[in-house]
Amino acid sequence: MTSVNADLLERLAQRAEAEGLLDVAYAEVDSPIGHLLVASTPKGVVRLSFPSEDEADVLDELATRLSPRILEAPAKLDAVRRELDEYFEGHLKNFKAKLDWTLTGQGFRHEILKHTAKIPYGGTSTYMEMATKAGNRKAYRAAGNALGSNPIPVIVPCHRVLATGGGLGGYGGGLEVKERLLHLEGAL
Amino acid sequence: MPPFQRFVDDHGPAVHGFLVASVGQHDADDCWQETFISALRAYPTLQHDGNLRGWVLTIAHRKAIDSHRSRQRRPVPSETVPEIPVEVPDPLQGEPALWKLVDGLPPKQQAAVQHRFVEDLGYGDIAKLLSCSEAAARRSVHEGVKKLRETWA
Repeated sequence: MTSVNADLLERLAQRAEAEGLLDVAYAEVDSPIGHLLVASTPKGVVRLSFPSEDEADVLDELATRLSPRILEAPAKLDAVRRELDEYFEGHLKNFKAKLDWTLTGQGFRHEILKHTAKIPYGGTSTYMEMATKAGNRKAYRAAGNALGSNPIPVIVPCHRVLATGGGLGGYGGGLEVKERLLHLEGAL
Repeated sequence: MPPFQRFVDDHGPAVHGFLVASVGQHDADDCWQETFISALRAYPTLQHDGNLRGWVLTIAHRKAIDSHRSRQRRPVPSETVPEIPVEVPDPLQGEPALWKLVDGLPPKQQAAVQHRFVEDLGYGDIAKLLSCSEAAARRSVHEGVKKLRETWA
């Protein structure tokens, strides 16, 4: 049986976008920490997933929480893919890509991630400091949970938040990835 | 609903195969685009019984009919007549002459034969696509094949 060629798929994605039918576009990105999946809506980057996450599960989650109108459209993600490449090469310090915060929810969790996005390249903070900035000093455990479920890691740099005692703390993508990113940025 | 990309990956090749058989390689790509854009438009609110393949083939079937109609309305003009007959390679790699005979069948028999032998669908599914009874679907396939046997000698 004939198979569908890549050109046909690309034209479908272009046409879907032109007709306002493409709610989520995604692409795969090869990086030194492995195969990443990055997804964006018309508002901006909405999700980045680690190699440790199952791609089919990530897409299912996006279909349920955002919209099932999801297509692989690498051309749509050219800009953020280039930024990620430059970041992993050590050339890019601040991501310029627009973000879609829909998946971060509201309230405390959103506050934590917003403040995390402001931690500069090469710098670090602590769960307690983030909790304090979000308005509840005692909620450092909740802060850790919020960071652990960061839908846009690397770009929203939750790897820059460490345990208060000086330990690395936790990381959704695995501690070795966290360590690697901090080394890359010269923070360790 | 599953992510649309997965739906395209699961059913795209079969729909393309069906369209190549019913409208030819030249128009199949355009019909394929039209089919999946229509599907995408209806997708989020689709009430389906699990037979997504049947649903998308129904759309493809309609797009193929549209394509046939618009082709009849606009004959392709040509300034020169090629002296050597051009043999277009058939993607199905079957017998091009046989597929031409299939094209010549009455529309319902043509569709039934394609669904049966290109798509490998059962009579129940063919009946749904053609909006007829299973017995009628079986009869259409049978009549179509009989006609092909008579002319294919």
